[in-house]
Amino acid sequence: MWTERLLQGLWDTLLMVGVSSLVALLLGIPMAVLLVTSDKGGIYQAPLLNRVVGAFVNLFRSIPFLILMVALIPFTRLVVGTTYGVWAAVVPLTIAATPFFARIAEVSLREVDHGLIEAAQAMGCRRWHIVWHVLLPEALPGIVGGFTITVVALINSSAMAGAIGAGGLGDIAYRYGYQRFDSQVMLTVIAMLVVLVAVIQLGGDRLARGLNKR
Amino acid sequence: MSSASALRVPTAPAVPAPAREQALRPEVNQAHVRFIGLGKTYPGQAQPALQGIDLNIRRGEIFGIIGRSGAGKSSLLRTINRLEQPSQGRVLIDQVDIAPFDEDRLVALRRRIGMIFQHFNLMSAKTVWDNVELPLKVAGVAKAERQQKVRALLDLVGLADKHQVYPAQLSGGQKQRVGIARALVHDPEILLCDEATSALDPETTASILELLRDINQRLGLTVVLITHEMAVIRDICQRVVVLERGQVVEQGKVWQVFGSPQHAVTRTLLAPLQGKLPAALQGSLLPTASNRDAALVLKLVVFGEPQLSGLFADLGGQVSLLQGGVETIGEHALGRLIVSVRGSAHDTHGVLERARRWADDVEVLGYVD
Repeated sequence: MWTERLLQGLWDTLLMVGVSSLVALLLGIPMAVLLVTSDKGGIYQAPLLNRVVGAFVNLFRSIPFLILMVALIPFTRLVVGTTYGVWAAVVPLTIAATPFFARIAEVSLREVDHGLIEAAQAMGCRRWHIVWHVLLPEALPGIVGGFTITVVALINSSAMAGAIGAGGLGDIAYRYGYQRFDSQVMLTVIAMLVVLVAVIQLGGDRLARGLNKR
Repeated sequence: MSSASALRVPTAPAVPAPAREQALRPEVNQAHVRFIGLGKTYPGQAQPALQGIDLNIRRGEIFGIIGRSGAGKSSLLRTINRLEQPSQGRVLIDQVDIAPFDEDRLVALRRRIGMIFQHFNLMSAKTVWDNVELPLKVAGVAKAERQQKVRALLDLVGLADKHQVYPAQLSGGQKQRVGIARALVHDPEILLCDEATSALDPETTASILELLRDINQRLGLTVVLITHEMAVIRDICQRVVVLERGQVVEQGKVWQVFGSPQHAVTRTLLAPLQGKLPAALQGSLLPTASNRDAALVLKLVVFGEPQLSGLFADLGGQVSLLQGGVETIGEHALGRLIVSVRGSAHDTHGVLERARRWADDVEVLGYVD
């Protein structure tokens, strides 16, 4: 029975983290590209837009996750129809992870040598070619590294979401480990989380290293 | 497409040129790239980076731009493919003003102009093959044609066996060869070289210059290069312009400018190439003759091979050769001699007059006892 409960918790955690990190990836990269290219001297220079998006990202980055989660409850109900369970946790997790990941990806995109952009312009690339063929491939190792950090941060946050009824390993640790003083459950959950994070970190590092041809 | 306005042929204002360039001035309709009153001021900078540039670059020539760092070479070169937007004046390519081009026409223009860079600027995440193929890919060229083109160019630059390698695994010279292959995939009419050999060792530089010369002759494309290495200009350029503080201070055929530089900046830039005076002589040179027996020391430049018997006969007195040599610039021999003439200190004027009959450029270095 315990094995089943722990596996269910693991599955819930993986589902929450998997879905929210995937959405964060799909939304965060365009946001990062927007932040870099609309900046002064960028290929789609638009200072006002840049400032608005930048302020938006900073706003969400500055709210602690626990508060964000509670504050978003009405919005969450609007989107998934419930404020309880795995899918209800996905909404605040995604909203917290997207700006976080966007900022990390932005740093990698900014590190792309300006000479490469100049070379691309000189060879007759349109601006979206530069994004697609130069900025993203050149920044990819850094973006993969940043995504790994984001996933690990999401595992962290998902435990907090567990505490308000989202399920997952965090929920199990809180209910059985903390509220019922069952230290065996607590240690098992900790061990599972350590292994999970290690696997993700190792996989991410290896992928980033393989992609880096510099 | 409403290209009528952009295709207008502008009327040419009179271009003030230094006197010596007057005779060499190309016909306007020969100009491949033409700068008219070009100026560039960067925001927040009082001193303009470029001002009043009037130049014609002819079709098929190798044209050099030299100057000290910060003289505006790089800005000038980049106005040709509009990586740099001029603040004043115009740039004409084949008589067409490129200033009003929208993105479509600018992209089309840039595909007619290849460019190579000091730091190569290759995509690190792409193989040699993919780097060379990229310009064709973004232009929507069909795959079969792309493959044929990339293979031919990697053959041309001698890197056919390296096509699956990433740039990080190549030497500097090999990287620049990839850069050249990439710059040539669209069969450009103009090749811009931005300090293309400045990061390379002398041997590699020579081989890259050889390749550029070969491409220029075989494909007939116009090469515009900027460099701070005078030897590069001497070795492959036909004409040269010297920039200083964003202005043209001297221009002409390379062998003439190198043979007798007129402007102080040009002289300074060329000094390393011109052979120093022997230290002992340098130390004993006096600005005026101290007595009637003092020897006059002259630097003589001869376009062609110097006929020494003529020199000795013409100068009279006791002529000693202190230093001398002949170098070849393009197809021109250039003789450079330093001689001393003893027993004629009282008649410097006469000696100079006779020396000028023999040499194309005469400079008095001083007197020795």
